[in-house]
Amino acid sequence: MKTNKLTFVIVAIGLAVLPLIAQYFGNAWVRIIDIALLYVLLALGLNIVVGFAGLLDLGYVAFYAVGAYMFGLLASPQLTDTFPGIAAAFPNGLHTPWWVIIPLGAVLAGGAGVLLGAPTLKLRGDYLAIVTLGFGEIVRVFMNNLDAPVNITNGPKGITGIDDISMFGIHFGRTQTLFGIDFPKVTNYYYLFLALVLIGILVCYRLERSRIGRAWMAIREDEIAAKAMGINTRNLKLLAFGMGATFGGVAGAMFASFQGFISPESFSLQESVMIVAMVVLGGIGHLPGVIVGALLLSALPEVLRYIATPLQQMTGGRLDASILRQLLIALAMIGIMLSRPRGLWPSPEHGKDVTPDSLPVNPHLNLTPGEQIPPPVSPIVPTVK
Amino acid sequence: MSETILKVSGVSKRFGGLQALSDVGITIMKGQVYGLIGPNGAGKTTFFNVLTGLYTPDSGSFELGGKPYQPTAVHEVAKAGIARTFQNIRLFAEMTALENVMVGRHVRTGSGLIGAVLRTAGFKAEEAGIAKRAQELLDYVGIGRFAQYKARTLSYGDQRRLEIARALATDPKLIALDEPAAGMNASEKIVLRQLIDTIRKDGRTILLIEHDVKLVMGLCDRLTVLDYGKQIAEGTAAEVQKNEKVIEAYLGADHKNH
Amino acid sequence: MDTFIQQIINGLVLGSVYALVALGYTMVYGIINLINFAHGEVLMVGALTSWTVVTALGKSGLPGWLLLLIGLAAAIIVCCTLNYSIEKIAYRPLRNAPRLAPLITAMGMSLLLQTLAMIIWEPTYKSFPILLPSEPYNVGGAVINNVQIMILIVTAITLSGLMYLVNKTKLGRAMRATAENPRVAGLMGVRPDHVISATFIIGAALAALAGVMYAANYGSVQHTMGFLPGLKAFTAAVFGGIGNLAGAMVGGVLLGLIESLGAGYIGAITGGVLGSNYQDIFAFIVLILVLTLRPQGLLGERVADRA
Repeated sequence: MKTNKLTFVIVAIGLAVLPLIAQYFGNAWVRIIDIALLYVLLALGLNIVVGFAGLLDLGYVAFYAVGAYMFGLLASPQLTDTFPGIAAAFPNGLHTPWWVIIPLGAVLAGGAGVLLGAPTLKLRGDYLAIVTLGFGEIVRVFMNNLDAPVNITNGPKGITGIDDISMFGIHFGRTQTLFGIDFPKVTNYYYLFLALVLIGILVCYRLERSRIGRAWMAIREDEIAAKAMGINTRNLKLLAFGMGATFGGVAGAMFASFQGFISPESFSLQESVMIVAMVVLGGIGHLPGVIVGALLLSALPEVLRYIATPLQQMTGGRLDASILRQLLIALAMIGIMLSRPRGLWPSPEHGKDVTPDSLPVNPHLNLTPGEQIPPPVSPIVPTVK
Repeated sequence: MSETILKVSGVSKRFGGLQALSDVGITIMKGQVYGLIGPNGAGKTTFFNVLTGLYTPDSGSFELGGKPYQPTAVHEVAKAGIARTFQNIRLFAEMTALENVMVGRHVRTGSGLIGAVLRTAGFKAEEAGIAKRAQELLDYVGIGRFAQYKARTLSYGDQRRLEIARALATDPKLIALDEPAAGMNASEKIVLRQLIDTIRKDGRTILLIEHDVKLVMGLCDRLTVLDYGKQIAEGTAAEVQKNEKVIEAYLGADHKNH
Repeated sequence: MDTFIQQIINGLVLGSVYALVALGYTMVYGIINLINFAHGEVLMVGALTSWTVVTALGKSGLPGWLLLLIGLAAAIIVCCTLNYSIEKIAYRPLRNAPRLAPLITAMGMSLLLQTLAMIIWEPTYKSFPILLPSEPYNVGGAVINNVQIMILIVTAITLSGLMYLVNKTKLGRAMRATAENPRVAGLMGVRPDHVISATFIIGAALAALAGVMYAANYGSVQHTMGFLPGLKAFTAAVFGGIGNLAGAMVGGVLLGLIESLGAGYIGAITGGVLGSNYQDIFAFIVLILVLTLRPQGLLGERVADRA
């Protein structure tokens, strides 16, 4: 156990100083890490829906958008500019504090999850995928067009001037100095996002190993048998949608604050597909795999951007960084699925196989004292004392 | 004092042109093993599916444990107190045997989101209780040592027993077994029969669809015989065996085989 | 009233394109249970290929209709080869993989095709030359031109041809048998791999045709042009009844009509709150409504028995 504790401490210290080291090479690197962390949060959320409950959601970005626009509307000049009534009520501008917005965003997104999930409950797998995809598009089109007749979302121009988060007197948007080290905005947000990701991991881990996690797995395995065992599949599916959506909403709110500006472009179908790819490529249902998938698909293309410049010159401008990024993601999706269809880091098979060798001669007699079948550790079952 | 566990009367079900069930009624007392037999296509599984909420009957009234019983959704059935197994074995294949039975405890336990995420003391106690009870049930049906083994790797006979353990985990008033002996060899059937006997001795009530006439006659207190959706006989094993209509249905004076 | 007729004409033209693409989706889904996300991109490749051929031969003095035909032939050849290769390289190895793997591969393929097209043809919008005489004909107050008439006729002929193929030929029987039960079809001497390849090739030809017609009608081509029509065509296939050919045709045409009429009248219906820029989501709204009320689609689904 000492090695485990030591590893834990090393990792913790590593995570704590990572941004400080990275920012030495330029804030842009920390920015990449921040965005990657947001994607990890999104992937974790989608994993609840797709991985735990087995529901293929291709419109997950809708919840990301809900969270982002909610933060954008409640913490920027957008509403006060459009509605004189609101401007009058909030003469200093609309600056809803984080401890209102984040829970509110979570609840709103969660509600959206239940709302969008409800019509899909009776649909078969691929139909469910297309309908959720449709919902994602519907949300995006509304965000894009709610600038007329009343300008709520400012349409394709998006919402600008979104507040930074300010917590316990620390303004995340401004550079803070501690012990003589500079903590610029990107680094401040890193710690915030890291905290959220760690909470997210904990929540997912605990959910999986619980009565609810087992029920989700049962639904995934055989929905009719699950129902026959008294599991209310409808409510549990809605719970999965809601929980997943909550993760998306919180990530969206964070994104809005971090970037200071949001537009419907960030919430396209492409994004939903990317997040699904992260979950599936990483290892569906397996938390470490999902995290790796998210980090890989979000950070790697950014990093490779730096290699792109010479390539760009070689091909006379046809291959620029964003094209290369797209190419890479596409090839990754195809390549990884062809070589490892269960994902890069899939769930280890849990539960032993009863092979003929491990069975005693007469399976109906009790085992003789000499025969021991060591019980493997199953992640879902708490050790029975 | 024997109480009535299940009282069903006047159940009819039509599928398009086929009258799958006409006016079927049975009464099962506590601690009985009640058999439902009949040739293929007689309507036995249809009756099961009606009873367990998979089909809605055209007519019929149900009483479970003295109270009216009318499930509108399949998942309410287990909650009301009827647990079933399936003719084709529907286990959660990739979960371990223990986990399968633990899922059976779902309907009698209650911790939800908050408990799971916050790991409250109540949650932990309940989880430990679930695991303990699940292991007990696995031991009870005789496959305790396979607790950590993946359900789909168990032998056929053991899978059947696992399904029974899972059904028992829901603490049912009535446990309904759909052809539990199907596909079993002679020695497996002996073990099954012993198990059902043990379950009956422990005070549970069992409804059984079965084709193996010898098993059924030796095990069941009372029987109903269905043929073409109609109830052609009802009574003890001895009575039913002597019934002319039953003999005709099975051995077929003028009946065609399917 | 003339707006109405105009929207009907527009709807039928658009619906023809959707129907052709929807068929490709529905045939593939019916036979291997895969949503081929890359299918819309086949339409795009067809359009861009024909554009290249047509502009290259533009100065040759050949009559417009001949150029169109040559462009179409080139598009069909390229698309069929492309789709056949995609199936062989990317989908066939994953036939027994967990259900989500081929879906991700298909999405990756869609992205790959778009990116490659962007590299090869550059991201600019290109205009497709006018090859047929373009004076419009007057129909009850609305206008229709030669391209549109050609689209309607060609689509009708193609659809009948496809129905004949599927219902009256040996290949068609093999396709239907494989779609229903591949294992038993195999036992009867049908080679599922051949049938599946044939399905992809036929689907590609239809998509190439749709792409060329789309380009000729709307006048511009670009590497992103296939994505949205492809998606909408798939929703049309779903709400017509996935796996059901007649359903795809009906669904496609219906969707075209709904989109056209909807876009035309939505302003009036909602009192100006919603405008025609919401056109793109009509497909999804229709889909959601249909699936809520009739989960198997309008004409019923026909999918393989995966026992």
